[in-house]
Order: sequence, then structure tokens, then C-alpha cells
Amino acid sequence: MAEKVIVSGGTPLSEDDIRSGKIFFTEDSLDCAYAWDTGVAINRYLAELKKGKIIATECRKCSRIMLPPRLFCELCFVPVDKWLYVQDTGIVNTFSICHVHWDATRIKEGEKPHLPAVIEIDGASKGMGIMHLLGEVEPEDIKIGMKVKAVWKPEEEREGSITDIIYFKPL
Amino acid sequence: MRKVAIVGAGLTKFVRRALETPKELSFEATSTALDSCGLKLEDIDCVAHGSAPDAFDGIHQKGEYLADGCGGWNKPTMRVFVGGATGVHAIIHGWHHVASGMFDTCLVVCEEKMSSAMPHAQGFFLTIFDAITERALHPNLLWIFALEMNRYMSRYGYTKEDMALAAVNNKRNGQLHPSSQFKDEVTVEDVLNSEIMAYPVSRLDVSPVSDGAAAVVLAAEPVARRLTDKPVWIEGVGWTLDTAYWGTRDLYYPRYLDKAARMAYEMAGIREPAKQINIAEPYDPFDYKALHHMEGLQLSPRGKTVELLRDGHFARDGNLPMCPSGGLLGVGNPIAAAGTMKVAELFWQLRGEAGERQVPGNPRLGVAQAWGDLMQVSSVVVAGI
Amino acid sequence: MAIPERIHRNIDTRYWNPGAEYFPVKNRYTAGVAGQRFFEELKENGKLFGTKCSKCSVTFVPARLFCERCFARLEEWVDVGLEGVLYSFTHVYRTKSDEEKENPSIVGAVRIADGLLMHHLGECNEKDLYIGMPVKAELKPVGEREGKITDIAYFKPL
Repeated sequence: MAEKVIVSGGTPLSEDDIRSGKIFFTEDSLDCAYAWDTGVAINRYLAELKKGKIIATECRKCSRIMLPPRLFCELCFVPVDKWLYVQDTGIVNTFSICHVHWDATRIKEGEKPHLPAVIEIDGASKGMGIMHLLGEVEPEDIKIGMKVKAVWKPEEEREGSITDIIYFKPL
Repeated sequence: MRKVAIVGAGLTKFVRRALETPKELSFEATSTALDSCGLKLEDIDCVAHGSAPDAFDGIHQKGEYLADGCGGWNKPTMRVFVGGATGVHAIIHGWHHVASGMFDTCLVVCEEKMSSAMPHAQGFFLTIFDAITERALHPNLLWIFALEMNRYMSRYGYTKEDMALAAVNNKRNGQLHPSSQFKDEVTVEDVLNSEIMAYPVSRLDVSPVSDGAAAVVLAAEPVARRLTDKPVWIEGVGWTLDTAYWGTRDLYYPRYLDKAARMAYEMAGIREPAKQINIAEPYDPFDYKALHHMEGLQLSPRGKTVELLRDGHFARDGNLPMCPSGGLLGVGNPIAAAGTMKVAELFWQLRGEAGERQVPGNPRLGVAQAWGDLMQVSSVVVAGI
Repeated sequence: MAIPERIHRNIDTRYWNPGAEYFPVKNRYTAGVAGQRFFEELKENGKLFGTKCSKCSVTFVPARLFCERCFARLEEWVDVGLEGVLYSFTHVYRTKSDEEKENPSIVGAVRIADGLLMHHLGECNEKDLYIGMPVKAELKPVGEREGKITDIAYFKPL
């Protein structure tokens, strides 16, 4: 049986077609900015980070100690009101060595790659990871399961942000 | 619930930059799908269409904008959007319309024009991260895939070479697909030697950003039997959303897909998917995701997938061909359209109309899947003859 | 749970602002298959074209690739001229950020064949405008046209 026509359209253009002015186009950007309310739980989380502490919440039903803290447990769907401090140490659950910027351009020659990681914080339930960065470590030395500790900004520079922890370094 | 069949399908080429506007791409795929089953727009009762973030096309309320290109003028039309899972989810969305008894025919159309996004589509994903606890770290989209890939590889001791095998398999299949722009053989060495983006992700581990559209026509059983002697039935559907606290989940296993797949298999009466399914179209925006999803789809034992891949189990002529279309890696990745392309592939393969891509052995049952949002949602469609 | 308080501006509460420059993305829109030809005619020949669906008796302006009603591929291109009728208009006094506009402008919707073009109105006295008024496109000089809708400088009363 002959193959039916199943594909139509999708005329390829090159970047040159556009740059040369052969193909008409317009460009526009949204030109707007956002400010996000921190909300109740994250407000407290950030306030404690400013003091150099990491705070979590615990679900009274499933006993998960949750990070970032939240006002309800999304698994049990019950309100959460028990706050407790956890350590500023943890283990690397997974990591990457990133050579590109947000816009997919490559980092410059000699520029250090970004080192994002998921870190399971000690004192929170197992597997409770937060995304952060690694530092004071050569990329080739990073291992999954490695113990790390938060490196804090000096107290006077902290502003109540996740970046009050500059990065996590190997213990 | 009524039985629902796929009776027609059409695609555009998947290209890096298309001349066509998003509407025009949708029109090309949709009219091809209608022609393929001999229907006119007036025969269509409703439209279920899908497109991923508005930001790519740069058109807010993109669903409304796209509607006329999808055949939605003056018809009940509804857009579905679940990130990367949209392309398969739109089929489920259309299935609801027909299975419910509300409509006899439904057009399902998905479109994406990623080339509009400047300087690069990846930039538009900045806002998917938690605005306060994650964005302050200046993340980029690749991070989460790289973090997931690394976790998956380390859990089972897989290597980058192992992952590259999946890219090679899918890209080889894709060479035969009429929508694909990629006709050159890619080797494991090519993948390993391509530039590193975010370890362990290299350039050729990633599917190519594309523009394109895909459409299928759904019909209720009596209509389907009148239209064709080879209807492809939607035997099962499933979908699940996991928590957006993605750091809280162990990323080595796609729990969201486990549930979605079991839901679809139960509906289809499938007890042993790995034995009963003849072709699989797991979602493969990255090579590791194809394997990760084969495990979540219960089509491969956890941690044994690379072994099976190496043994040729997932090749086109293997026991369970994986991505015979070529998938996103081999055909291209216009997000929502890519998922629908996978369902269209099941349609052609199960009818024996896939030409030189045809999987041998008269496949009778296939599964297609897509995945999206913060690595948390999956949609699954099981189709059979 | 009741809303505990009413906050009129989000920056009056505890907020996180990543900085305006943090999402510096933009979009580039190509004109498409029909749009490419439509703008070629506008730029090169100073003409406005529509496409006609004979079956539905509709002439779409600007020209389109397909008829949204019957899904026919449209191949009949029609020169619809530069004149139209003012279908509706509005005076714009505020900017999109809700600040007072220095020079209030007039935006009109102009009916040409079966199409409706939104555009600026010029060379007119706002109190003389009325719905149903004949108007005409004032094009930029050939050398300044670039294949965009702004190749029409504005519509003015006939």
C-alpha cells in the first residue's frame, strides 16, 4: 500500500533569511516585572535564614519534617503548625556542573561552571532536598552522598533570602 | 463510556524555524488529518487543542489565538495545558469529549512555535522555579534535568555512554520519519563528544528545539466504523501529577508516571504491560528520559533498561520497539506537538501504514506518554486494534 | 478562611523582587506564509490585500492562508484598496502602566472588505469623528516602509 500524505507545511527558515530582511518580522518583549508575596511559611523561613538558621515544619499526621517549610502537608492535606530548627549540614542527593547560562549561552573561557545540587538537609526527613549551589570544591571532586555544610554570608550582609547561604561546601 | 477511535492523523515538518505562523502550522496539520480520513471541518463536532507555555509563541491566551487554525471557529473548543505532557494529554482531553457521549467527532490539535522565543526558548523557563526559594539562585532549566539524570545514572551505575545509546536508537529511527529534518547517522561517540552543557547533559543528549504542529481525529465507535475498516481504539488513558516540591522526591524513579501508567493499563485490561505492549513511545526530550520513562511505564525492570537496550530489545525489530517514530530526539521537539506526534505514530504503526518505519510483526497494542511541568506530570495513552 | 486583610499594592507586604532585568526575554514574530505576501505588497507596492473564500463569500483582511469557516486553503488574492469605514474608535488618555498620557491618542477599528484593522487615526479632529466615517490609510513613504503594519502611518478621514 502506498504511503499516504501525512505531512504538510513546516517551511524551514534560516537565521540568515531573517537577518537579511527577506522574511518580515516584528520583535516585542513583555516589559514587565513581578514582585511575589513571600507568604506566611516562607516569610518565617527567610527571617530565620537572616539569623543564620534553617527552620522546617513538621506534619503532625505523617511526621514528615518538611523543607522548605510549608503551612500544609501536600501528602496528608492537613494544616501544619509545628516549627523546628534543622541543621545547616546535609548530603548531596544529586548535582550538576553547568556550563551554560539561563539563555543557553556558554560560560566564558576560564569562568567557573555553576554547581547546582539537591541537598538533603540533616534534621529534615530523609529525601527532603532543597536546591542550592556547591562551592569551595573542584567539580571533579563532587560525589553524590558527600557531606556538605552551609557557608553563610556575614550577618550584616544577610537580607532574608535563600542567598544568605552563599553555597554549601564539603565537610 | 463509549469506545473512542483514532481515525486520522496529520503533521507538519518539525523544523528549527518555520515560515508559518502558529495558526498556519496548526491549519496544515489539521487539514492533513481531516484529509487522511476523508472528513470536512463541518463533520467535526468539537476541538480539543493543546500548546505548552504561552511564552514560546509569545502570544498570551494562545489557545484562543490558535483556535481557528485548529478548526475551532464557532465550535466547542477547549485548550489543555500540562507543560510538556500537553501533547498526549490533549488526546485524553479529546477522548473525554467523545467517550462522554457529548460529541461524536473531535479534532485534537497541538502546536508549538519555539523559534519565536529570544534569545533562546530555555530563558522562558526561568519562572517555573519557585519564585522565592529557587529563582534567587539564578537557576536555568537544564539544572533540573541534569540533576535528575545524574541521580538516575548514579542510582543504577549507568554511564553517559549508556544514556547515549538511547539517543542513537531514537535518532536512527527518526531518520526515516517524514517530519524529521535529521537524516545523518549519530553515533555514541558523537553524543559523548558533543559539547557539555550541564554535566551529565551534553548537546546531543537533548532533543532539538523545533516548530511544528500535529493533529489527530477522534470518533465514537459507530462513526469510526463507518469511516474506516481500521480504527485504532483508545484502550486506556491515565495521568497523574506529583508534588511541585521536586527536591522532596527521589528523582531516580518517575513515580508520577508509575501511577499514570497503571491507571491506563487497568482501563485497557493489561496485566503484564512488558509482555502485552508491542510498541512504546516514551517521552524523550533527553536520552535518559526515554529509559527513565520505560521503567515508569512498567515496560522495563528498574535498573535493567540499559541491558535490554544493549541487547536490541528496544530496537525497531526488537521485542518492544522504543520510539519507532524517532521521538523528540529523532524527529524534533515542538513541545506539545511532539507528544501528539507520538500518538499519531501509534496510529500509523498499528494500522501497518508506517512505511519504511513500520515495526515488523503486526503490532496490536501500543503506548504513548508525555511528561512535563516541574518533572511532575505524566499523561499516558494506550491504543490498540 | 477569610481574607485577613486587604492589601492594595503587593509591595506593601513582604515580597521578593528579583529585579526588572532578571527576565530579559523577548519574542520574534514572523509574518507567516500569507503575512509574508501581504506585507510584501504593502511594502513594495503600497497595496492592501485580502484573500477571498468564494464558498463562504468572505474576504479576509489582512490576507490569510485559510478560511476559518470551511478550512479551504485560500488562493484568491484581492486588492482591497486603501479605503475603509470607521467601525469604532476610542480616545486613549492613560498609558498601559496607568499613567496620564502626554498626548492622548485616537485608536480606531477600520472595516476593509470583511476585515477589521486596528490602527491609529491621524489628521483628524476628535470631535469630528463618527462611526461609519469613510477613512483612508496614509502610508509611509516607500523608503521608510519595512514590511510591518506600521507601514501604514495611520488612517485619516477621507
